[in-house]
Order: sequence, then C-alpha cells, then structure tokens
Amino acid sequence: MDTHEQGSGQIFSDPSTTAARAWFQQKSRAMTDKVMTVAEAVGKLVDDGDYVAVGGFGGDRIPTSVLHEILRQEKQDLGLSGHTATHDFQVLCAGNQMGRGQTISRVDIAYVIGLEARGLSAQARRVMESGEVVFTEWTNYTLALRFRAAAMGVPFLPGHTALGTDTMRHSAARKISCPFTGEPLVAVPALYPDVAVIHVHESDPSGNCRIEGIAVADLDVARAARKLIITCERLIDNDEIRSNPTRTAIPFYCVDAVCEVPGGSYPGNMPYEYYSDEEHLQQWLNAERDLDEYRRFLDHHIYGVSSFEEYLERSGGRERMPELRRLEFLEDE
Amino acid sequence: MITTNGDQHMYNPMEFMVICAARLLEDGRTAAVGTGVPCAAAMQAQRTTAPNLMVCFEAGGVAPQLPTMPISVGDSRTFYRGLMATSMCEIMETCQRGMMDYTFLGGAQIDAYGNLNSSMIGDDYARPKVRFPGSGGANDLASLCWRTLVVTVHDSRRFVEKVDFLTTPGFLDGPGAREEAGLLPGTGPYRVITDLAVMGYHDETKRMQVLSLHPGVTLDQVHENTGFELAVADGLTETDPPGEEELRILREEVDPNGYVIGR
Repeated sequence: MDTHEQGSGQIFSDPSTTAARAWFQQKSRAMTDKVMTVAEAVGKLVDDGDYVAVGGFGGDRIPTSVLHEILRQEKQDLGLSGHTATHDFQVLCAGNQMGRGQTISRVDIAYVIGLEARGLSAQARRVMESGEVVFTEWTNYTLALRFRAAAMGVPFLPGHTALGTDTMRHSAARKISCPFTGEPLVAVPALYPDVAVIHVHESDPSGNCRIEGIAVADLDVARAARKLIITCERLIDNDEIRSNPTRTAIPFYCVDAVCEVPGGSYPGNMPYEYYSDEEHLQQWLNAERDLDEYRRFLDHHIYGVSSFEEYLERSGGRERMPELRRLEFLEDE
Repeated sequence: MITTNGDQHMYNPMEFMVICAARLLEDGRTAAVGTGVPCAAAMQAQRTTAPNLMVCFEAGGVAPQLPTMPISVGDSRTFYRGLMATSMCEIMETCQRGMMDYTFLGGAQIDAYGNLNSSMIGDDYARPKVRFPGSGGANDLASLCWRTLVVTVHDSRRFVEKVDFLTTPGFLDGPGAREEAGLLPGTGPYRVITDLAVMGYHDETKRMQVLSLHPGVTLDQVHENTGFELAVADGLTETDPPGEEELRILREEVDPNGYVIGR
C-alpha cells in the first residue's frame, strides 16, 4: 500500500498486533472477585509512565473517583487520549499545577482544555501552552477509530476524514490508497492504552458491566486497554448478569478491577441517574483564575480528603444529589 | 444590539442567527449538531419548516425529542426519548456512508474558503500562543457530511485571510483542493450565518460571497468586519426579518431559559 503523505506527530503507544497479543495472551481469564477500593485499584494498576484512556464523554459518565485518586497518589508522566476530554482533562491537568511533579506529559488531542458550552479551563490551557507537554493532533472520530482498530486486533484502520488539514499534518496518520478501489484514505494506528478507566451503571464482582445510554467509544476502549479499571454506580450479582446477557456491554475478561462508587460520575452527568452539577463545575472554573486559589481549592477537595465519598461531602454533591436526580428526570420540585 | 424590523418585532442578533440557520434546513433531512446555536437552530427548524428533520449528536444520540437545551454533546438530553443511544463511531460512520446531510460548526477563525481554526493561535505548533480545544468532531463532520454550515459572530478577527491552523476543512486553498486532498466528492462548505449577513460560496472560485444582508446592515459594514476580500453574489437580497411566530416559538419553546438567545 502506498503512503502519500504522513503526519509529523508522535505515536505514544505501540500499535503492533503482535505486541498486543503477547500482552493479552498472558492476561488472566479467571472469573474472580475483582472488587477493591479505588485507592487499591489505582495503586495496583496505574503505573508512572502509563498511557491512560478515560471513558465517557468529558463530563458525562466519567470515572471521577479514579482521576482524583491518580492525583492523590501523585502518579507521574502519564500519557492521555484527549477524546473530548473536558472535566476529566481539567482534573488531570490540575496535577501538573500543584508543584508535585508532572501528572501528564503527553497527550493525543482531539478535544482538550474546553468544557464545551461552559468555557475553557484556564489552568489546563496553561499546561498545554507551557511546552512541558508533548502532543499529537487528532479528531474525535480518528481517536475512536484508533481504539476500534485496537479492539479489533488490527494495527490500523482507514477512514475518509481529516485529509488536507493541519490536523492531519500534526497527527501521526498517513494518507493511503485503497488497495481495491484506489480511493484516497487516512490510515490511523491502533491505540492500546496501558490502562483505561470507565464508569458504568452496574457491574458484577468479576467485571461484567452494563451501560445505559450512549456508549461513546467505551466498548472499544474497554477491549483495547491492556489494564481496565471499572467504577460502577452499583454492584450486582452474577446471577443478574446471567438473567439477561444481552445487556452486558463489557465482559469480565477485559476487566482488572471493580470499584463500587455511587455518584461516581459527579460532578458530571450519569444518564438515568443524575444530571451534571453545573454550580460545582463553575466553582472549578472560577477557582482556576488564580493559581494559589486553585491550589487551595484542590487541597480542600482532592488532596485534603481520603476518598471520593469525602469529596462528595465537601463539594456539596451528596446534598445536591436529590436535586440532580430531579434534573436528570426533568421533574419539577 | 436590539433591532426592530419595522413591524415592531424586536429581536437580538443571536435570535436572528438561530432563525436564519433554522430556515436553511430542509424537511426530511438529517443533521449532526453540537450544543448552543446549532442545537437551537435544529430545534427551531423542527418546530417550524422542518418537522421531520432528524438530529444526531456525535457522542451517540440519535433523534432525541429534546426537552431542553443540552449542555454537553454527550449529556442525557441528547438521547432523551431518542430512537437510539449509540456510539461515536456509529454516528460518524452514518456520516461517512453519506446519510448525514448537514452539520453545523463554529470556530475561532474562518477564512474565505470556509476553513476553520479551533486549535491554536500562533506559528509554533509545540508552543502555541493560545491553545484552543482542537477539532473535537468538527473536522470529521466537515469531511463526512454533505453540507457544512457555520454560525458565528461577524468580526474581522474571526474572518481572516488565512487561518493560523487549518483544523477543519472548508474548500482548503480553492477549487479542486478537497478532491486533490482526497476528501469525499460532493462534500463541503454550504452557508455561513452571522449577525450581519448570510453567505455562501461562489461555484467556481469557491470563495465566500454575501447572499443576503440582514435588515439595516450595509455592505460596507460587512466588509469592515471581514478580514479578507469578500465577494458579493449576483442578486444580493435582504434577509427576511424574523416573523412574530418564529420569535414566539424560539422564545417560548426552543430556548425559554435564554441559554443561547440570552447571550
């Protein structure tokens, strides 16, 4: 296959099928009880230097508790896929601004820094403008396609997007011709994250998971990840899974840890559970205007607490949960 | 700025932009939209001239009966009473198969060929002067949907001769460039709706041209607020002012909380 053009960006993870298969060959198939605390899961499964993928859509069905724990355990030198990364990116970037080393050192960018309609994260922007983070440019679909390639166990996939743009020029994609029709295509390399973190509605103790609402790219992210941490709103029995296997979105053999974290997507939205806490997300954005104030804010909400449950107390999330549920279900007070 | 159209219907520029955008959407078509003005325009179209317009959100929401304006392209409103809650690949591949007629985009900069920048300002990619979020799904949607519409405020800092970074493809550097780059035939920029005018693209030069001026706006005003040489279409017209019913629907049904039109 001829390559016509090639993006100048770095590939931060090995796209080779052979390397991935060697890993998955030794990955446990045992259907054991994988329930543990978030602190245990992060301690065991997130290593310095790992490339991390975060499930959900920035502020929707995100594994907030794990992101906080990554900061508390001061994990260093992480790579990240910025696949509409909004509040999740804001949290991880905060780790770079605390004077406690460098949480993030490389990013595949499709969408970062912004919090969609809410505005831009001032500190995440500082981190990305500082020169201390290396990045490669992508799009939401090309990143999703990269996860899909990995989930399929092939080293690349083609698409008809991104051609002719600076986005492509600063990506690591290549322009190729279809071997059958000769049509021009973009080829994107498989993306196997070292560790992925996904928040779901329900999981059994071994990691058979159910997701309600949109899956975004998570079915592929779960399968592409070398290590996978699941946080869930509720633990359910394995019998319940077996009563309706059609609903299983992620099978246990992809999963390494299961953590029960009710309210775990807070302050993000969790479909059919609770809406996003816009007031608290605004507090984050406000605190970011001044670095000292931001550090105090982070000390209070993340570094100064021992668990996500305490964050829910301090942020007012626990108290607001009934209201966020009413918002989610569009009920009047 | 509050404008009156002579019929004493007062309206603000944001309201007019939503209404203009909505009028461009044909009934029975499909549109991939984001939050904000695009979403409001699609909701407005569904309640006026395009009741069978199908709306999709790139994170996976298909055909929601939007109860209120979503805050995120992936929040639960985007599939509220929808027909399917699916994945990003599914939506993008529906576009790639040729079934998505419209997409609606914005950006920090737009040039004469409809190229958009939402990535950075400056000339050093590794050390941007100002870093913006990046493509998100914009590049994909503009590459894969049939027609790309842009809604933005009209000023010369946004309407530039050359974008600092070409995040999302318009006609690239002119006639034949999309085809040359390998983008799908028949796709590309369609309309730009601003607070001053509605613009399209010249068939041959592929450069942006003014199609209609909003009531009370002069060509000089449009040129003053555009940082490149903007052509004027033969048969330049005045944009129809918003009707009473259009305004009522927008204010009472589409955006009663003023999330978009209150800005």
